[in-house]
Amino acid sequence: MSSMSRRRLIIAAGSIAAATSVSSRAAFAQATAQAPAGPFKVDPLPYPTSALEPHIDAKTMEIHHDKHHQAYVTNLNGFAKDHPEIAAKPITEVLASLNSVPEAIRTGVRNNMGGHANHTMFWQIMGPNGGKPDGEVLAAIDRDLGGMEKLQADFNAAGGRVFGSGWVFVTVAKDGKLALETRPNQDSPIMDGKRALLGNDVWEHAYYLTYQNRRPDYLKAWWNTVNWKAIADRYAAAKAGTLGV
Amino acid sequence: MTFTLPDLPYAHDALAPYMSKETLEFHHDKHHQAYVTNGNNAIKGTEFEGKSLEEIVKGSFGKNAAVFNNAGQHYNHIHFWKWMKPNGGGTKLPGRIEKKINEDLGGFEKFKTDFAAAGAGQFGSGWAWLQVKGGKLEIAKTPNGENPLVHGAVPILGVDVWEHSYYIDYRNRRPDYLKAFVENLINWDYVDEMFGKAG
Repeated sequence: MSSMSRRRLIIAAGSIAAATSVSSRAAFAQATAQAPAGPFKVDPLPYPTSALEPHIDAKTMEIHHDKHHQAYVTNLNGFAKDHPEIAAKPITEVLASLNSVPEAIRTGVRNNMGGHANHTMFWQIMGPNGGKPDGEVLAAIDRDLGGMEKLQADFNAAGGRVFGSGWVFVTVAKDGKLALETRPNQDSPIMDGKRALLGNDVWEHAYYLTYQNRRPDYLKAWWNTVNWKAIADRYAAAKAGTLGV
Repeated sequence: MTFTLPDLPYAHDALAPYMSKETLEFHHDKHHQAYVTNGNNAIKGTEFEGKSLEEIVKGSFGKNAAVFNNAGQHYNHIHFWKWMKPNGGGTKLPGRIEKKINEDLGGFEKFKTDFAAAGAGQFGSGWAWLQVKGGKLEIAKTPNGENPLVHGAVPILGVDVWEHSYYIDYRNRRPDYLKAFVENLINWDYVDEMFGKAG
């Protein structure tokens, strides 16, 4: 995927407007084959399931994307049947104002839309031959997080400390400032009006087939899968105020 | 008291095919062991040193996450191993449990449905429970290492729905794991024993 089209996809990913992009047409075709129709779709993986081996095995990628992510989206479409308003606004807006979601579906939307947003980001920021951080992103990592070595050590430690299911994120503010944070379950920094620059899933389903109880080994190996070109695009979009999920 | 890892009350392969040898090797030998090790480290030098496991679980809830998470999971797993047995499950329940399930939970079939639904509905890591509260049986669910003790109830049956309990055998299919647990693994004699003690 070209840098431009990837950027368009990233920007569009938070809104239903994504249905007009070429990538999302492909996602629509695939999702309708697997799931009941609805406004929310799982984009296809932008690389083969085996592309991240040996760090993440193909079976894990397949189940994680086709089953776990799909389940969040199927559940969301279920909520949207009676509450179409949750699909009428960008995901980032719904998640940032969960209190305005009807109480009967609020927890379900939090969990499933959070899961949809987190996984959409997750597939984007990984990829084969992901390169190295450079330019503005590297400068921001040096400035705000003490450099790559410290970021990796702190990020892995934070991910290791998440008790139960959750995520570890690097968030990015509109002024480009980076911060490290963890969230339980499928909560997202978007719920506080922030954006994730990148994040790693530490639910056991993300690593159990290869790493079993050894989450620290997974956290360490995961850095080999990071797509720094995609992250550079997300960073630029965040500063421009156009970053979606 | 110092936490120690109890032996499994059966061989690691005794619950196959419903729960594999590999799952029990990781779950008991690694995950439970980690709660024991981390719990002992977290308790060192705190007010919880020398207390009973139940006192630690109740006393640390909401106050000391490192102690609570590991103590809670130690308690949960000690019983979890005993809540299962080879050729468990089935429909023949000890008389007083069957009677109580009929009285409080609308019968055994409804219990099975509601217990599995509680397990499937626990988002993320956690447990589903059959508990005694105020003299009545109830079905409950809790996140992560929490259990009924910290909610004024006594657990008499629990099923672990952390993904490490079933991912090797069932992948994302948690409902299939819960069905197998209820129909083929529950040790109702131990449920009855805990019910007797719950008073």
